Amino acid sequence: MIRRAPRGLAEHAPILFPALMLVVFFVIPFSLMIAVSVFRRVPGGFYEPDLVFANYERFLTAFFGGVMSFSLGLAALVAALSVGIAFPFTYRLVKLPRGAQIRWLVFLLSILSLSEVIIGFAWSTLLSRTAGITNLFVALGLMAEPQSLSPSFGALLAGLVYQAFPYTVLVLYPALARLDPYLEEAARTLGSSPLRAFFTVVVPALRNTIVATTIMVFVFALGSYLLPQLLGRPQHWTLSVLITDQAIYQSNMPFAAAMAVFLVLVSLALVGLALLAGRREETA
Amino acid sequence: MNETTGKQGLHVALTGGIGRRAVLAGAGTLATVAAIGFPNIVRAQSKTLKVGVYGGYFKESFEKHIFPDFSKATGITVEAIAEPTGEAWLVQLEQAARARQAPADVSMMSQVAMLKGASAELWAPFDLSKIPNAAKVVPHLVNKYPDGKVSGIGAVSWYITLVTNTKSYPQAPDSWAALWDPANKDKLGLLALVSNSFLLEVTAATFFGGTKHLDSEQGQLDCFKKLAELKSNVKLWYRDEAQFEASLKSGEIPMGQYYHDVTGLAAADGQPVRSTFPKEGGILDSGSWAVTRASKAGDLAHVFVDYMCQPSIQALLSRKVGTAPTIDRKMTDLTDQEFAAVSSDIAPIIPRYDLYTSKSDWLNQKWTEMIVG
Repeated sequence: MIRRAPRGLAEHAPILFPALMLVVFFVIPFSLMIAVSVFRRVPGGFYEPDLVFANYERFLTAFFGGVMSFSLGLAALVAALSVGIAFPFTYRLVKLPRGAQIRWLVFLLSILSLSEVIIGFAWSTLLSRTAGITNLFVALGLMAEPQSLSPSFGALLAGLVYQAFPYTVLVLYPALARLDPYLEEAARTLGSSPLRAFFTVVVPALRNTIVATTIMVFVFALGSYLLPQLLGRPQHWTLSVLITDQAIYQSNMPFAAAMAVFLVLVSLALVGLALLAGRREETA
Repeated sequence: MNETTGKQGLHVALTGGIGRRAVLAGAGTLATVAAIGFPNIVRAQSKTLKVGVYGGYFKESFEKHIFPDFSKATGITVEAIAEPTGEAWLVQLEQAARARQAPADVSMMSQVAMLKGASAELWAPFDLSKIPNAAKVVPHLVNKYPDGKVSGIGAVSWYITLVTNTKSYPQAPDSWAALWDPANKDKLGLLALVSNSFLLEVTAATFFGGTKHLDSEQGQLDCFKKLAELKSNVKLWYRDEAQFEASLKSGEIPMGQYYHDVTGLAAADGQPVRSTFPKEGGILDSGSWAVTRASKAGDLAHVFVDYMCQPSIQALLSRKVGTAPTIDRKMTDLTDQEFAAVSSDIAPIIPRYDLYTSKSDWLNQKWTEMIVG
């Protein structure tokens, strides 16, 4: 393996393609979005190229601040729940025989193939009064009469965690599968209980993976705009829902772009903070 | 376009045996072909017109009852494009027109979208001398630019009415005031946007003596304040019609505002739903045919619009699609009963389209704060 820094075009070549893709699919669209965000909105029409900051001013109000904090809080909660459930699940999964592991992974991959729309409608049916799960509870004598559980915050949370869960498992899987089993065996030999070994050996050993996965799920949940409409009430609409409203229904691209730029910047800042906190802990 | 190339790529990757490079090259070629204007070549050969109509039930009915006869009569093949409701399609058309693309040549557009498109000069003007039947269309359903050029021609009219599930409500409500009734807590499904629900107009007509009350900002604020009172009754603010329709049929959300035509068809199918014209009137909205300035099939579009304005076709639309005619009813051969099925003698609530262009952003902001806050 070459340890020195790459020199010359030939040695840089392998990185050119990803760099190009990054420019084409991220840098250029994001720059366009920033450009549109300072364009001038033509009321009752579309927009014209300009350099105004009215779109940002409109965003800086208590109302949008509230929606923004809700979106960030929701995404953080979804990330924490998904990783909290997926980590022990994956930990058990990698200990299963190979055949069973493959069956589980195929099952999780097939959940990934479901679109957000299908997931949303399925959950709203499952939580409905007329055809939902509460009918089962009534039949079992656990409830007096069927209830509607959707739309609600709980329904939204369930839908988002359901959607994020397979991603989380698939990201955690390689790291957990590669984890040296002797680490845990050593802890057990030295007398710690399985639970204690899990929390004091397995979890710390994979701390970086857990942080990275949490950030990924956080960003993933932040972009969700369909499930909040299907499973949430208006007070549960995320900033992404309002961006969609502006872009698609109000044809106000500049304002939508300004909100999106703000969302990207805030989430980048939070991700940066999380990484920074992780590094500081490591050096401490 | 992206989706097509993506699926192609995925397909090749799944069938296996072809390297990653070949997949990328293949996707690239497809994208290039599409970008060069492949559809235009096809059109020149076969006289195809891309017509945008609302996806789902509307598109199905048009494809079944209207387009085949049109093709037989004129030799023009119609490619029906499913458009999303309301202004989403307007944004797509405008973005495409900036790139000189026309996802559809002629589209059915709502009135708010017509006005917004006109302010951006998105619509290619119609030449009425090539559309003799346009003279039959009721004058207020012909959209005009400020200089008098025609931007759109009435395609169909429809009503948004008070709908209920007949099992949950054996007795039909007779007034929009039912939406405010505390007994209906958590039972309503209403449209989520100020510019397609027209609930400000409904409020003004129900509680403030008419939509004239919306002339002043104070009047608009009155209506917002009154509307905020029904928030706890609303279970679902819907953007997507399918979402409400399913819940209305099942009784999950047993009351709300919905389209008279679709509700009537669902009832005819045996679903436990009904549409009621409240005593304050149903909301009368309409769609106009408009041609995007990026279209190269303007001549074919004129033939199409002329065909659609014929009294026999307007009557056919009422019978098969459930829409109200855009021409004087007397020119059609609709019976009283057939006309009553798609319309009502109660004077309708006409949306204040002017507000949604002059004050759209302010109204939208107030509306969002009202329902989210």
